[in-house]
Amino acid sequence: MKTIQFNKLYKLFNITSVFLIVISLCLLLFKGLNFGVDFKGGTLIEIRTDQSSSKISLIRDSFNQMNLGDVSVKSFGNETDYIVKFEKQNSNDPEFIENIKQKLSNSIGNVDFRRVENVGPKVSAELLRSGIIAIGLSLAAMLLYIWIRFEWQFSLGAILALFHDVILTLGIFSLFSLEINLSIVAAVLTIVGYSMNDTVVIFDRVRENLRKYADIKIFELTNISINETLSRTIITSATTLLALLSIYLFGGEILKGFSLAMILGVIFGTYSSIYIANPILVLLKVSQRTIIKEEKD
Amino acid sequence: MLYFSKLRVISVLIFTLIVSYFAASNFLKFDDEYFSKNIKLGLDLQGGSYLLLEIDNDPVITQKLQSKLIDLKRYFKDKKLTIRNFSIDKNTIIFESSDDNVDEVLKLLDDDESEINPYFQQYKSHTFDFVENDNFFKLSLSNYGLVLLKNSSLDQAIEIVRRRVDEVGTNEPNILKRGNDRILVELPGLDDPGRIKSLLGKTANLTFQFITQNNEESFGTEKLQFDDGSEEAFVSKRIILSGDNLVDAKPSMDTQSNETVVNFTLDRVGAKKFGKATSTGVGKRLAIILDGKIISAPSVREPIIGGSGQISGDFTFQSATDLALLLRSGALPAPLNIIEERTVGPGLGQDSIDAGIFSLVIGFALVVLFMIYKYRIFGVIANLALISNLFLLVGILTLFEATLTLPGIAGIILTVGMAVDANVLIFERIKEEIKNEKNYIIAFDSGYIKSRTTILDANITTLIAAFILFFMGSGPIKGFSVTLGVGILTTLFSVYFIARLFTAFFVIKNKNKENLI
Repeated sequence: MKTIQFNKLYKLFNITSVFLIVISLCLLLFKGLNFGVDFKGGTLIEIRTDQSSSKISLIRDSFNQMNLGDVSVKSFGNETDYIVKFEKQNSNDPEFIENIKQKLSNSIGNVDFRRVENVGPKVSAELLRSGIIAIGLSLAAMLLYIWIRFEWQFSLGAILALFHDVILTLGIFSLFSLEINLSIVAAVLTIVGYSMNDTVVIFDRVRENLRKYADIKIFELTNISINETLSRTIITSATTLLALLSIYLFGGEILKGFSLAMILGVIFGTYSSIYIANPILVLLKVSQRTIIKEEKD
Repeated sequence: MLYFSKLRVISVLIFTLIVSYFAASNFLKFDDEYFSKNIKLGLDLQGGSYLLLEIDNDPVITQKLQSKLIDLKRYFKDKKLTIRNFSIDKNTIIFESSDDNVDEVLKLLDDDESEINPYFQQYKSHTFDFVENDNFFKLSLSNYGLVLLKNSSLDQAIEIVRRRVDEVGTNEPNILKRGNDRILVELPGLDDPGRIKSLLGKTANLTFQFITQNNEESFGTEKLQFDDGSEEAFVSKRIILSGDNLVDAKPSMDTQSNETVVNFTLDRVGAKKFGKATSTGVGKRLAIILDGKIISAPSVREPIIGGSGQISGDFTFQSATDLALLLRSGALPAPLNIIEERTVGPGLGQDSIDAGIFSLVIGFALVVLFMIYKYRIFGVIANLALISNLFLLVGILTLFEATLTLPGIAGIILTVGMAVDANVLIFERIKEEIKNEKNYIIAFDSGYIKSRTTILDANITTLIAAFILFFMGSGPIKGFSVTLGVGILTTLFSVYFIARLFTAFFVIKNKNKENLI
């Protein structure tokens, strides 16, 4: 196979990445994330109406008359399904949901409540906290693992690539106001695992080549390693994306956000293993001495 | 090593077959009690309700302090110590000791053998913490004492919750402790938790108290509302009888008035108390009070000595049934608040299963075709490994009766996508080795050996993520971490034992062919 000069583009893509990270951070900071009921608390109801003709505005109107505070109504998947979200939650009143159903039936006819989620403020705060802890913990665990397995220059590269992937994925979720719920946390954690996996495969090869060739500069060496592992990188990303695409298209509305986050994560993860992790090795002037010194210790 | 011993081949085969059997038992009905297991479906797939309840422990603490205060008074009196000015303020008991008693009181409270303030050696803690200042003592529950109290009220509450849920007769409810003040209730198949919620939302403290003649609040009386909110009445604080003395309660139809009523039976102590109170109180109105509200207040016409009675009040048959159920199951030690509720209807659950399985089939087919396109015959081998991987994964989940959730299905599909990675790493490495090594057997061998650390590294990272999710995640997300984690283990097994076996057979047979891979 022809050798592709990945390293020629290190600079260009590094600048692009830094730019994208800055934009993502700004988005996260100023626009914030669109938290779902899991993390914000409140009530979510998935409604299926009898006929597809029932207008979304009609549903919105009848909810607005119920004094539930800020109500959001969105269509969900097909024409008859809607997701209704509002901040008020009152799970202690056993009639709360039943009353809403009654009032809604009166105005738009027969409705089926397919799903009801009611999360109190205490629980949502806890879920948010444990989600953040889980992501932090997984980053820390990856750092620890790669620190044990590789030299510190490699660890730094891999961790920066991870941060890049997580920040960019969340940045896109912020940009398009996509909902962040518990399954997105699971997706982010899986992205962390996948991105690390991808980086480790290339790094393993870099280290092997460092031992083999004393006279090749790291700039060249990373390019050789990327090329040697390239067909694996492509095939694995492709099969993973095929599986994820199948979930996204056919797995139902509930898994849409999750699979979208994963798809983004896999794309960013594949990109960052090549264009973030490797340039860091070049930047830190990794050479044969780096790994031999470490191995002597 | 491309050589496999017969023993190894057979044991791999047997293991795979056994686990696959369990996988198949989900779909085929085997007439076998011992080996017919099923994956449990999570609430998001089979439909059902998930409720998280939190105990409001404040009343329990107040009650504990009040009874402690009475104990302390009695205890110090027995010890002939002069203690005065007992009071309770902000969860603290305060009292004053006379000058010459201070040391004695301190000793009684601080002793490791203290009767009034038990000491727990292993936690190095008394039940109550205390400070003494100017002869004033301030007692409050220690951290350990608080934990002890919370645990005991949680244990009681969970028992009552279980009784109430069982009485409603839902399908295999799951009731679990969460921390020291929460109860998780999972009700599979229940798509309208309204009734359960109203049953769990009531403390069900039942008391019988007389209504006082004079209509003004005084010491020893309290003003209470009727349940329907129509009027108020003053009742004596003296409790004639409480729900504790009830042994049974049933809804029934009163033949005379044609009303739905609740009949109850008292235990011996209760019957005696009730008989005594009703014989002295003929002509008075006896209020039947549930959770601070008067249900009804019939006049006592004659002494009730048989130990059974009747509660009337505007009941429908349903509300009488519920009241009887609450009375039979007993009172909660403290009110429960529902702080999280998730209900999935059976329609959505089935739709999720269908969509999940459909996307699994499509994802699987895409990956299989892609691998055949990329690797031809070795693609077929990788696919055989993938199929057995899927069987192993589902089989192990069945064997351990794990709960399958919608994100769990996503985890399986993701495993399908990522599982080929190990075989791809191996095949790519073998391709590289073949460039320098013309002997296929040696090239394949070194391909397997040289890719091993990379494969382990790559899989351990995903396993770490799965582990963290398992311990931090809840409900459906936990299901995802389980399939993802188990998927990695079955992937490694299928790659190193199954795919490798096929590869070895194939390479040894075709070692002289050109362009093998």
